[in-house]
Amino acid sequence: MKITKEDVARISVLARLELDEDSQSQFVEQLSGILKVINALDELDTSGMNQTISPAGLTNVLREDIALPSIAPEEALSNAPDREGAFFKVPRILDVD
Amino acid sequence: MRLNELKAHELLPMISRQEVTVEEAVTCVLDRISAIDGTIQAYITVTCEHALRKAREADARLAKGEPARPLEGLSVAVKDNISTKGIRTTAASKYLEDFIPPYDATVIQHLEDAGAIIIGKTNMDEFAMGSSTENSAMFPTRNPWNPKRVPGGSSGGSAAAVISDEAVIALGSDTGGSIRQPASFCGIVGLKPSYGLVSRHGLIGYASSMDQIGPMTKDVRDCALVLSAIAGHDPKDSQSYPGELPDYTEYLIPDITGITVGVPKEFLDEGLSQAVRDAFTEALEKLEALGVTIKDVSLPHARHALAAYYVISSAEAGSNLARLDGVRYGVRTCASEDFASMMAKSRGEGFGPEVKRRIVLGTYVLSAENHDKYFNEALRVRSLIARDFQEVFETCDCLVGPTSPTVAFEAGEKTRDPLAMYLSDVYTVPPNLAGIPGMSVPCGFDKEGMPVGLQIMGRQYDEATLLQVAYAFEQATDFHVRRPEAEPNAYELAGGERSV
Repeated sequence: MKITKEDVARISVLARLELDEDSQSQFVEQLSGILKVINALDELDTSGMNQTISPAGLTNVLREDIALPSIAPEEALSNAPDREGAFFKVPRILDVD
Repeated sequence: MRLNELKAHELLPMISRQEVTVEEAVTCVLDRISAIDGTIQAYITVTCEHALRKAREADARLAKGEPARPLEGLSVAVKDNISTKGIRTTAASKYLEDFIPPYDATVIQHLEDAGAIIIGKTNMDEFAMGSSTENSAMFPTRNPWNPKRVPGGSSGGSAAAVISDEAVIALGSDTGGSIRQPASFCGIVGLKPSYGLVSRHGLIGYASSMDQIGPMTKDVRDCALVLSAIAGHDPKDSQSYPGELPDYTEYLIPDITGITVGVPKEFLDEGLSQAVRDAFTEALEKLEALGVTIKDVSLPHARHALAAYYVISSAEAGSNLARLDGVRYGVRTCASEDFASMMAKSRGEGFGPEVKRRIVLGTYVLSAENHDKYFNEALRVRSLIARDFQEVFETCDCLVGPTSPTVAFEAGEKTRDPLAMYLSDVYTVPPNLAGIPGMSVPCGFDKEGMPVGLQIMGRQYDEATLLQVAYAFEQATDFHVRRPEAEPNAYELAGGERSV
């Protein structure tokens, strides 16, 4: 499967990642090369194999529900590009007519 | 010999007997950084005042008669993707150029509780994506053995700092070889622990199912000392290993007779350079002379490891980096009217080309029409690779092979061809996929004096055997004793101006 410029443009929207024209063209070529290598996975017979999501194999790690100190609001906000009071401030999300 | 040139286990008894002060030891390291880091460029941030203050506090405690802690007074270089409270942590990205973490990573708490002192934050490939430290958004780091070559990556700054005596010990992180490959390129010892052995809490995540923090040190004994300090269960890491752990320094015995060492034939394929092949062959002979049984084995799916790795790591990176949204920390592009374009523009401006490439690849393999074909398939191949390892560990106590197919390459040689760069990790990614430990120890030099690394791989959570084999090998050789003759301003260098 070959990756096209339209693919890269569509993916960059999905990934919330602005790419200029040059990067898009460059990525089409480079990612096609990388995908060619990745397509070699097709040679393998993986029927019956589980998907290894984590090599530690731990699931449902639980702990007692004990309240512990967490980061103070001021500290949590200290790296915010924009804030108002005790909140992170962002541009408008919903259209208001 | 100056104090910064000592190994941790040589400096520690001098500090605990108060033959030298911690301040003297730390000052020696800071002086070395001042003298040489203009050339090497290992550090993004040097924490001079912090280190001297901590040193004086340690000296005051020792003067009062308090016992020295296990890593008392050791200057530690910390890779800049490990969060340090109050100390800028950039992951070598423009996006996090001014980020100051409000908390410490668990490994930092462990190191400081053991008495180690953060001397600075080291350069790396942006968000740990790369194999040469050339993907740093700050500046490239130079290989102290030859500054026209790369130090490896992504933990290139930590490796360069250790071999040029700009630190006593260092931490790196390894997702597909980022500790072992630079350790090999710079001639030091580097250990990627079993997945789950060392807490990831506070590590700026790249591919969370493979990321591990580990020691980068001047020799194997120092590696065991640092590992003993940082390993252990952490409730803040959901995949943290809950079992009991040994004192790793107890396995430093130079007797490995009777141990069976497997040599996977897939690690000696046509991609291996002659110089590394020669050094590896000699290392095998040395191991055999030390009394181990060498056994030829096969990991039949290992040649698909790189492909599976790039699918899984890019997919996880694409998801992980979605948290960098211009809201809570990092860069925000101001001239945006709505949220979505603010996020897209901020990321477009803040990330370098390799990071963007991997986000695009990761998003592609996770998109609805490709999810099973690429991502799920890579996870199934991962199971095959893990099974290969399990099968050979039924008859072998550990495996050995070269750490990287070549010695350190020239700066700029592979920056235009991402695939060529990825191939330098071809022998280091299988352990990350399987979650087993891997270690690189110096095993020779090529004709031009560049170091070669021997990779030792072991059963999950059996770091003890790796350290035992590595120690016996190191004690029977002298590769770890050699130092590059990097002197300030001794080189004619082009480009790569330091910007921070």
